[in-house]
Amino acid sequence: MLSGRARVFGDDINTDYIITSRRKRESLDPQVLRNYLFEEVDPAFAATVEPGDLIVAGKNFGCGSAMEVAVTVVLGAGIRAVLARSFSRTYYRNAVNNGLLPLICDTSQIREGDRLEVVDENGLRVRNLTTGETTAAEQVPQIMMEILECGGLVPYFRRHHDFKV
Amino acid sequence: MGKTITEKILAEKSGRDARAGDVVVCHVDSAMGNDGSTPMALDYFDAMGGGKVFDPARLVFALDHYSPPPSVKTTQLHKRIRDFAAAHAIEVWDVGDGIGHQLMIESGRVTPGSLVVGADSHSVTYGAMNAFGTGIGSSDLAAVMICGRVWLRVPETIRVTLRGSLSRGVFPKDIALAMAGILGADGAAYCALEFSGDGVASLELEDRLVLSNLTVEMGAKNGVFPGDEATAKYLGREFQPISSDRGARYVREIELDLDRVTPKIALPHHVDHVVEVGEAAGTAVQMVYLGTCTGGRVRDFHQARDVIKAGGGVAPGVQLVVTPSSRTVLDTLTRDGTLGDFIAMGAVIVTPGCGSCCGTCGSIPGDNVNVISTANRNFKGRMGNSSASIYLASPASCAAAAVTGKIADPREFPC
Repeated sequence: MLSGRARVFGDDINTDYIITSRRKRESLDPQVLRNYLFEEVDPAFAATVEPGDLIVAGKNFGCGSAMEVAVTVVLGAGIRAVLARSFSRTYYRNAVNNGLLPLICDTSQIREGDRLEVVDENGLRVRNLTTGETTAAEQVPQIMMEILECGGLVPYFRRHHDFKV
Repeated sequence: MGKTITEKILAEKSGRDARAGDVVVCHVDSAMGNDGSTPMALDYFDAMGGGKVFDPARLVFALDHYSPPPSVKTTQLHKRIRDFAAAHAIEVWDVGDGIGHQLMIESGRVTPGSLVVGADSHSVTYGAMNAFGTGIGSSDLAAVMICGRVWLRVPETIRVTLRGSLSRGVFPKDIALAMAGILGADGAAYCALEFSGDGVASLELEDRLVLSNLTVEMGAKNGVFPGDEATAKYLGREFQPISSDRGARYVREIELDLDRVTPKIALPHHVDHVVEVGEAAGTAVQMVYLGTCTGGRVRDFHQARDVIKAGGGVAPGVQLVVTPSSRTVLDTLTRDGTLGDFIAMGAVIVTPGCGSCCGTCGSIPGDNVNVISTANRNFKGRMGNSSASIYLASPASCAAAAVTGKIADPREFPC
């Protein structure tokens, strides 16, 4: 369902490290902001990111500010999923609401550049084509899966005009 | 089985049983967006086919992150928010009114038992009022604007039992930093923190706001206090508190003896990198920052002023920055002489708002500057300069550093 190259980060990557607040003064456009993606922790990242890359992180990814540009800038760079051992709850819900797949799984064995595949085989799984290992990801609750499958809260609301539970 | 405070509020607002782990859709009593999050929310609102706002009286926009706006682009963001608010009869807290979180409390929009969301992570602050307060994103805010509801996973609860009362020279910020040290930056991830124990009664509502505010730095979804006499005193009226049941389920229990809490400091660049303030003593600081939704209330400024006075003033080479969290706070400090004291100390007085806490406006530190701050975050680059280092501490500890030009234990300046 998704495949790409692993781009590996550590623990506690906060939203200011994903996109620094001061850049928001200039623009909210993901296509502008993507030039500064992860600049605080990896200044070379923005120039080397390729559409289809997958972000792989440790614990507490997206902690700090709830700013949603930290999700839209990732999508703007062509990244469709983030794999982490855990997420901050605001990043997780912003991801769901924008159609960025947040996957909670053991990421400790994934290395920079590994080829990964995210597949749905009786639940979401991450297959590491470089090492041959497969890891199960935590189940995404139903309403969140429905929002994700719509492509985010905008298409979901255009269809339903309210939450359908 | 009994319920936690959080489960009770979410059950009431969703009309479901609402047990930890359930995903429920809840009615929102009040929602706040700020000038950082609202412009995107308006984009989402339009893209969702927005039209009419569900209930404008439940909404408020706070222009606090760019207060005052440092650029034409940010000024235009404000204009867009004001125009939308005027067209839809939504209240705006304009530049200079203060930080949205402080105004949510001052205005009475947060009441015991209410479910309040803010498009800002520090909306957890509202838990001090025996309410469910949590941060949401801009798209969530747009959905609230359209339908008045929000989806929430009912969190598991960690109970924090506070015993006794704080010693002299130790303040609520020290309790919060002690908790961050114990739990770590994700120790309460996806969870509610519920405060309990006899120590709660020793804390005024303003003190509780400090603790609730910082719970998000441990990953918490909300940080809720019971409702009691201190709550009633702040509200100026009696109310029906929401209490947890006997037999409520807690995933973890933490007990803190307040008498044993000592002045703490979070070292750069992690909120949970907490040590005794004495361990960092002697580190030179060039900027002392008093303000923010954590440490910008009247009590905080009184505590800081008292220490600086006791110490004989601000050391040469230290820039003292004072940013009241609201116009009401500024007004009180003006009337009671505290502002005059700070002016006489040579402080830089900044417009009420978020100031330079997140580097959006205000006094941005220079290269390699060490800042000690009453704020809640010390991430690299947080105050707008990646080469600055930010230390987080209580207003009294910040004041002690202002006096000596170095990080110091505030108990050395008894007042």
